[in-house]
Amino acid sequence: MSTAELLTIVPGSPVLSGLILFIIALLMLYLARAPSHRAIRSVGSILHSAMRIASRSVLRGEQYLVERNREVLLAAGREAVERSIEREFQRVDAVVKRDLSAYPALQLKLSEQITLIDEDYRESTELPPPSPAWVGAVKAVANIQPQGDGTVADILMEIQESTEKQYKKAMNDYRDSMGVRHALLKKMMPHWRKLAETLYKVGKNITGLQERAKVIDRRMDEYEQIRAGSVRAQQTLTSSSMTQFVISGFVLLIAFGGAVINFNLIALPMSEMVGGASYIGRYPMASVAAMVIILLEVSMGLYLMESIRITNLFPIIGSMDDRMRRKMIWITFAILLVLACVESSLAFMREQIAADMEALRHTLTTSETIQPVNSWIPTVGQMVMGFILPFALTFVAIPLESFVNASRTVGGVVAAAALRWMAFMFRLLGNTAKYLSEFLVNVYDVLIFPPLYIERLAFHRTAEEQIHPQEGGL
Amino acid sequence: MKRFLITLTILGACLFFVGCSDVNSHSRGVYLLMDTSGTYKNELKKACSIIYYLLGTLKPGDSLGVARIDTGSFSEKDIVAKKTFDNRPSVSNQQKRLFKDRVDKFVASVKGSPYTDISGGILQAVEYLNETGAGEKYILIFSDLKEDLRKGYIRNFDIEMPRVHVVALNVTKLRSDNIDPREYMNRLEYWQKRAQDGGATWRVVNDLERLDTILADR
Repeated sequence: MSTAELLTIVPGSPVLSGLILFIIALLMLYLARAPSHRAIRSVGSILHSAMRIASRSVLRGEQYLVERNREVLLAAGREAVERSIEREFQRVDAVVKRDLSAYPALQLKLSEQITLIDEDYRESTELPPPSPAWVGAVKAVANIQPQGDGTVADILMEIQESTEKQYKKAMNDYRDSMGVRHALLKKMMPHWRKLAETLYKVGKNITGLQERAKVIDRRMDEYEQIRAGSVRAQQTLTSSSMTQFVISGFVLLIAFGGAVINFNLIALPMSEMVGGASYIGRYPMASVAAMVIILLEVSMGLYLMESIRITNLFPIIGSMDDRMRRKMIWITFAILLVLACVESSLAFMREQIAADMEALRHTLTTSETIQPVNSWIPTVGQMVMGFILPFALTFVAIPLESFVNASRTVGGVVAAAALRWMAFMFRLLGNTAKYLSEFLVNVYDVLIFPPLYIERLAFHRTAEEQIHPQEGGL
Repeated sequence: MKRFLITLTILGACLFFVGCSDVNSHSRGVYLLMDTSGTYKNELKKACSIIYYLLGTLKPGDSLGVARIDTGSFSEKDIVAKKTFDNRPSVSNQQKRLFKDRVDKFVASVKGSPYTDISGGILQAVEYLNETGAGEKYILIFSDLKEDLRKGYIRNFDIEMPRVHVVALNVTKLRSDNIDPREYMNRLEYWQKRAQDGGATWRVVNDLERLDTILADR
């Protein structure tokens, strides 16, 4: 028996059957109105509550994540500033060691120069001995008027001549002495210059130190702000992290391009070494081997950078004692060098294989034999690239470290935003469920409006009868 | 404890590599059947260009066999050249050169056969391809597909060739096909049915300008 037959109440009259069924359904719905309303409302309420709880949990998680991000950000910033301050102190130390360690020698030099200048100055201040005391007496006698006595006149004449002679001699002595003093002062000039030069150098070093001190002051201010966890410091650090993330990501992309070129350079000749028909999974063994070599180079580069203490991805390497670290530098460098040589030879082999393949293809397409272009430029170019690329990939460690550090902050910010969005969606869904249940209740009433209408009419009449019983009775 | 951890790590690495190693063969096996009967012998230069294309396309580790279709093709004597190329590209290139020389010599000295045993050739091809263990198997039939068996030769049975791609190349129209084209259609249908009944796929490539479609997976 089909469903249509089952639903046929009055055989041969589907419209009538349908109408009867409709009325039955209407009555059923009317009778079940109150529990149905309660059921719909409770479903809406359950969903609303569940979503609110979920939203609150997600928001709590988001707050926890924000707090964690803040701690991570401040810790990273603190570490960066500490490093920067340490570097500044190292520079100051270098300046002090380089320039001020020679300060005693410099001081000795300065005092020697000063002594020399002093001596010269002293010598230059020495005056010629003054005229003897009797010169005044003679001068007084020479000034006596002759008054007609010839002998006295002669004596006086003699005295005058002798005085003039004495005067001339004194003048000559004075001139000679002045010359000597000028010569001494002239001799002082190089000492003065040298002294000025030395003092300028000292002044410059002191200025350099002052500048470093200013930088250290600035860094210390930053450090204090980070330690205090100020909003400004957080904003600066977040912005800096974002910038670092973008820049390091861009550099990593460039490095990835380099790695791809490197891969293409060695994948073909690798098939000569490991065979061209072996596969690991879906990938040819030669490609996997080439990839492994490139990854090895990147790893060695990472270790080298760690050993030189340029990066700090593996604290265990950074905290090794200097002798071991130096050993590690040499070992990683040696491995890199070997790998670079291997790549270079593979690049050479690639050129050979490519030329052979080209020759074969040519033989297959034309009957003529052509002379291959005998140019060494591509071969040498490929070999040089094969040698340089491993070393170039070494420097991937620097942007990688920045990327890893920045991605912690950026990832945290993105995750917090995603959680906020999730919380919003939960709230939205909860509220939608709540209002949807109300809407469904209304739709339910709209569906059963005929019995409801009748009920209202009946209720209205009963109410009127209750209000005005005498009128009803009349 | 430390030793145990090291052993565990090594075992894990071994398991990883064993798990990763692919059991499916990635190599390709191609067997070309060349019709040398009657006037079709003149088409062999075109077959040569197909062989050259295959030599240029197949990679180290792949296999190539070239055989003629004559009176009784189910025979090793009809194989002109066959080779599974070495894994190393340089050696493989050398092998391809030798292969080409052998095919060239054959084409220069080939004599026409009175009968055409295509089924025997296909049987031989299936046998060879199964021996190579190739992951992808192709049988290329360079013929007008007009089978003409010598009296007494029995070939009216199903040929099992599961997962083999059969490609009919340069299926030329005969004079009789021009009079009644249904003959041509029937011929193609007959071979398609035989290939598909044996578990193979079927394709016809008449445009030899587009050789790259020959080894394209369906």
